[in-house]
Amino acid sequence: MEFFFEVLIAGLLSGVMYSLVALGFVLIFKASGVFNFAQGAMVLFAALTFVSIHEMGVNFWLALIITMGVMVLLAMCIEKVVLRRLVNQPPISLFMATIGLSFFLEGLAQGIWGSAVHGLDLGIPDEPFDVAGMFISQFDIFAALMAGTLVLVLAIFFNKTRVGRALRAVADDHQAALSVGIPLEKIWALVWAVAGGVALVAGLLWGARLGVQFALTLVALKALPVLIIGGFESITGAIIGGLIIGAGEKLAEVYIGPYVGGGIEGFFPYLLALLVLLVRPQGLFGEIHIERV
Amino acid sequence: MSDERNIGEAILDVKNISLSFGGVRALTDVSFDVREHEIRAIIGPNGAGKSSMLNVINGVYHPQQGEITLYGKTRKDMKTHYAAESGIARTFQNIALFKGMSALDNIMTGRNLMMKTNFLQQAFYLGKAKREELEHRAKVEDIIDFLEIQAIRKTPVGRLPYGLQKRVELGRALAAEPKILLLDEPMAGMNTEEKEDMSRFVLDVNDEFGTTIVLIEHDMGVVMDLSDRVVVLDYGRKIGDGTPDEVRSNQNVINAYLGVSH
Amino acid sequence: MFYREAGEFKTSYAADKAILPIRQDRWGIMIILGFAFLVVPFIASEYYFSAILIPFLVLSLAAIGLNILTGYAGQLSLGSAAFMAVGAYAAYNFQLRLPEIPLIISFILSGGIAAAVGMLFGIPSLRIKGFYLAVATLAAQFFIEWLFTHVGWFFNNDATGSISLPVMVVFGMELDTPVSRYLFTLSIVAVMALLAKNMVRSATGRAWMAVRDMDIAAEVIGIRMLNTKLLAFAVSSFYLGVAGALWAYAYLGTVEPQTFDLSRSFQILFMIIIGGVGSILGSFIGAAFIVLLPILLNVSAHAILGDAFPSGLLSNLELIIFGGLIIFFLVVEPQGIARLWQIGKEKLRIWPFPH
Repeated sequence: MEFFFEVLIAGLLSGVMYSLVALGFVLIFKASGVFNFAQGAMVLFAALTFVSIHEMGVNFWLALIITMGVMVLLAMCIEKVVLRRLVNQPPISLFMATIGLSFFLEGLAQGIWGSAVHGLDLGIPDEPFDVAGMFISQFDIFAALMAGTLVLVLAIFFNKTRVGRALRAVADDHQAALSVGIPLEKIWALVWAVAGGVALVAGLLWGARLGVQFALTLVALKALPVLIIGGFESITGAIIGGLIIGAGEKLAEVYIGPYVGGGIEGFFPYLLALLVLLVRPQGLFGEIHIERV
Repeated sequence: MSDERNIGEAILDVKNISLSFGGVRALTDVSFDVREHEIRAIIGPNGAGKSSMLNVINGVYHPQQGEITLYGKTRKDMKTHYAAESGIARTFQNIALFKGMSALDNIMTGRNLMMKTNFLQQAFYLGKAKREELEHRAKVEDIIDFLEIQAIRKTPVGRLPYGLQKRVELGRALAAEPKILLLDEPMAGMNTEEKEDMSRFVLDVNDEFGTTIVLIEHDMGVVMDLSDRVVVLDYGRKIGDGTPDEVRSNQNVINAYLGVSH
Repeated sequence: MFYREAGEFKTSYAADKAILPIRQDRWGIMIILGFAFLVVPFIASEYYFSAILIPFLVLSLAAIGLNILTGYAGQLSLGSAAFMAVGAYAAYNFQLRLPEIPLIISFILSGGIAAAVGMLFGIPSLRIKGFYLAVATLAAQFFIEWLFTHVGWFFNNDATGSISLPVMVVFGMELDTPVSRYLFTLSIVAVMALLAKNMVRSATGRAWMAVRDMDIAAEVIGIRMLNTKLLAFAVSSFYLGVAGALWAYAYLGTVEPQTFDLSRSFQILFMIIIGGVGSILGSFIGAAFIVLLPILLNVSAHAILGDAFPSGLLSNLELIIFGGLIIFFLVVEPQGIARLWQIGKEKLRIWPFPH
């Protein structure tokens, strides 16, 4: 029984980290209606940039600030070169553009910083806590706390501030937002910059856990089932979806995996998401869009 | 305009239809009938629920209450393909053409129900498939002639001006050789000349093919000229039903249009 | 186009409906096909067959498959490689366990199995649209990838998880030279491309495009969502399955766990974006692009920098260029090179007038 809880908690904690990545998606989707497939590449890019700068001898916090600056610049470039030109196109085109963007960023990141695996030390001790006979990783807790704080901050930002409202207006209808004077370009740059920041935090946390390497982009792919379960537009959904996926995949791997040869983690989240979709096509928290003719 | 066309019995009977979206009541307890070969207009101020009514008849929206009787068969839940197979075709308020295809192809899709060959036969395009395609192409060309849109048949519809798009949409509906044609504001956004053309088409269709027509229209002149009977909706309720003259002198209808609070 | 359509009036619907209504285009295609079948076998080197022509043909077939689903029917799929895998492993297992079946039949059967699997994963498309569907297709991709790398029966319990394909034997002949494999592939692809072209121009194709453009209106006309979408998944997966079998048998000779991975799915998607969504010609163009570009990059990199060019950098460069190209095409011409080709022809048609 204790083992079950251990696995469950580990899963939930890693789920929070999935939520973090999913959050980046939700932010951009809420604000610009674009499903940013490149979020994973952004996580990799941020992590690689940070780690490489840090390894060159730069102090941790300074490296962090520099990387954040790079991400902001990146956001502005993306807005200017890609998004602005695709304003009037159907969402599917924007989505495919972000697929192209993800490849571009991956190539760029590895081209500049190399494809070796980098270790990332965030200074958190490796020993697990012993809670009522169960071992819980300190790192997981730290990561969960960080992620949780960020999620809270962003939720408040979106729902309580004027800028947040403007973002939601933009997500709903670009043209309408433009016509009431919302500066579309600045908003998008802002959102992508924030998403870049989220990507950076996610990159650091996941990088510390897995090592900074190409596989980070696959983590982001894992965030997709999170989004499906949680709906693409809901921050709460991202959290709950992340928890469900994190716990689900760990439990499946441990309890079902041995019977079928292992490796279930790869596709189980997707099957779970598929099942949810069949029951509720808009995810657990998504908004239903009524089509009018 | 009722000459002695043989207006028959009621073939479409709408009974006690109520429809809501979330908290919005689009239609409340609406009932009326449509007789064979007639031209029936549905009129009313904006937001009265006219398009919703057509959507219910078609099976696009499902009413919470009420039923529809079509050719004697009653259904609470009309399905779109059942409506299509029973001979109902329609046009839409905000043109629902297939923007990625040419005018010709759009109209050809109207014939899809009548095409019997399967995809495999069509892949090989020999004998039966080829014959069928060319047969239907000939019929569609008749419609293109009827609507006078020969010049634009290969043009992607997204590039056509509004008036021509509306004609193509009418063509697609006609291609199905419907028994009942539902037209949702076919004259919206047209100038006088275009309206005359469209009116002529509508009358010709009714005359030549005997098609029953249910028509939503805002232009009162058109409605009074074309229709045999009129249904008036306001805020989702029926407030008038009868010949154009009867409806014109109905006080409720006058109030609704003049905006007198009621 | 140094010829014009002036004076070519069609006097029958049949003539108007022909795939190549302009006489000169007909000659053009005849010449190209003749060249491909009769001349190339004698002038191309083994390298050309193995490294360029065969993969180009097979990928074109895959691109046609994806184009049917995504380009014509509007159902975005990120799992194309999975269906290729089904075709490949099915063909392998047919030959392994039922060797009496002739190869061509087993290819067709494999395509059929891929079609069935495709339909299964296509069922969600009735309720799910857009991105959600794309992610659901990822479920297919990952699950099938896992299946073929973890369940031993599929790869005959080989220790490395790979399978090795024997030489193809068709009508009693062994296809052990690149030329023979090339001709075999060319024949299959030519026939299937023609069938696809016919399909998309018929009522089936129109139904697909209607569903893509406005599914509610399509339903109102009487087009059945279920049948139309599932058919698109089935036909598309059939094409992808045959392409997968060809990829294994005619091109690679082996299939490893990462042969049909997510990058392959993206590769096929890129082909249709660059080449032309909703265009059979575009599928060929996109495939040519994807096959030739890395080679061109390789050649020019070595020409410029000699052998000192690190290969890791090359693959990153590929990623950057592909990613950039995708964005470029989506911004400049979302309908791909095929559309640019069409526009070019139209401009030439009315030259020297601008419009």
